[in-house]
Amino acid sequence: METAQQLDKNVLGANDLPKGTVNEEQGSMTQDTPYPKETVGRPFVDDPKMRLRDVEVFYDDNQAIHGVSLDIGKNEVVSLIGPSGCGKSTFLRCLNRMNDTIDICKVKGSLHLESQDLYDPKLDVVELRARVGMVFQKPNPFPKSIYDNVAYGPRIHGLANKKYDLDEIVETSLRKAGLWEEVKDRLHAPGTGLSGGQQQRLCIARTIAVSPEVVLMDEPCSALDPIATAKIEELISELSESYTIAIVTHSMQQAARVSHRTAYFHLGRLVEMNDTETVFTKPEHDLTEAYITGRFG
Amino acid sequence: MDRMHFGEHSSTQFNEALESIRNHLMEMGGLVEKQVVDALQALLQADSALAEKVIETEDKVDKLEMLIDEQCTRVLALRQPAASDLRLIIAVSKAVSDLERIGDESAKIARMGLQLAEEGESPRGYVEVRHIGNHVRNMLRDTLDAFARFDAKKALTVAAEDNEVDMEYASAMRSLVTFMMEDPRSITRVLNIIWSLRALERIGDHARNIGEQVIYLVEGKDVRHISIDEMEEKLKG
Repeated sequence: METAQQLDKNVLGANDLPKGTVNEEQGSMTQDTPYPKETVGRPFVDDPKMRLRDVEVFYDDNQAIHGVSLDIGKNEVVSLIGPSGCGKSTFLRCLNRMNDTIDICKVKGSLHLESQDLYDPKLDVVELRARVGMVFQKPNPFPKSIYDNVAYGPRIHGLANKKYDLDEIVETSLRKAGLWEEVKDRLHAPGTGLSGGQQQRLCIARTIAVSPEVVLMDEPCSALDPIATAKIEELISELSESYTIAIVTHSMQQAARVSHRTAYFHLGRLVEMNDTETVFTKPEHDLTEAYITGRFG
Repeated sequence: MDRMHFGEHSSTQFNEALESIRNHLMEMGGLVEKQVVDALQALLQADSALAEKVIETEDKVDKLEMLIDEQCTRVLALRQPAASDLRLIIAVSKAVSDLERIGDESAKIARMGLQLAEEGESPRGYVEVRHIGNHVRNMLRDTLDAFARFDAKKALTVAAEDNEVDMEYASAMRSLVTFMMEDPRSITRVLNIIWSLRALERIGDHARNIGEQVIYLVEGKDVRHISIDEMEEKLKG
């Protein structure tokens, strides 16, 4: 039987493996720990919002994601964790076709948002990104007013015909993002004049203004201080009542705090996906254990 | 089960902190084990000097308990341990209170030994004390051994032993009660033996508790408050 580890050596070459993980010569703790043939834990749910099967991503000839299959449940918060370069951001970006912007990037597999095939050539990507919104690592408000930042999406998608409707969308979105009280008196001041944490909440308000079904977050708090981080985390749990959320984070504590299920990626494979509590108290796979406890990184 | 990789942490300081906690726990375990052995000997041989020594050791045990608790608190606050590290901290901080209680029970036995040395020996019960004492002492040794080696199987045998100790204790109690009814003049002295047996039985319970913490540490499963069969079942599943 060809193990996933051997497969990996064929693809990457033994020298490309990170130190202390699976390199046999080193005799390290995980030397006898091949990648599981299948993801361990509970990667699937009964009623998935997003159903992702055998996802593979290539940058030219380099394979970045190897056969990842998982579900994201409705109103669920899923966090993706793993060492740098493990493919978690690449995977997240497949979910609203952000990878389309990279020419050399090819995505294979079956990716569905409910019954919609995400990679259907007839699908309007702009439409898709209204249904699956994204918040990035660095807050990136448009160089416009706070109001226009939030109103931008609803305007281009034609969600509001009258000024009154637009005002209401802006207020609701800012309220949901927990920013309304702080900015209601200066809606026409530039968005870039807000603090980092406020800017990030503005970006979240902008994302939810178009009523997406899924919100993807790529390390949304890594540029924020602990107070701003706590606000965003609080927001995530509130937002999960209306939206489905997938979040990539480098902070394991954050994954532990905000998510229902946690997926651990390693060298482009999904090693384990389990209830967050299980992952952080009794992970099933040795690689997860080693990463969670900081035995390699 | 080789999931316990303490000492391979990428942070040296974290390694050292965990190592130090484990070493202190083992030191405390050794101290308490010696207390139990000495207390039994003091009682059986009416050795007052040894009994005094056992009582004095309590102070050292208490200090170690506080030291280990402080170390655990520090690791929780500074390192936010997860998975096996987290389970180690939880298991250790629970095990130290059991060890401290075992120390208390040993001191109780030593006090009974002092009284018996003063008031004269009990006419009955020494055989039972020796027998149950040895049994409990082996349990304590095994449970500490299981902790040191992360051996869940051995920890499970300690729980099974505890059931036997409970039965031996009940049977000893019946025969001593019968004896007291036959010879009421000996009641005071026999009662000292009964309290000692009771202390030994409690030590057995604490050893079992520590064994359950070892199982939680190694397997991540909570096996408290269930029967041995259920424990075995849970460990299989």
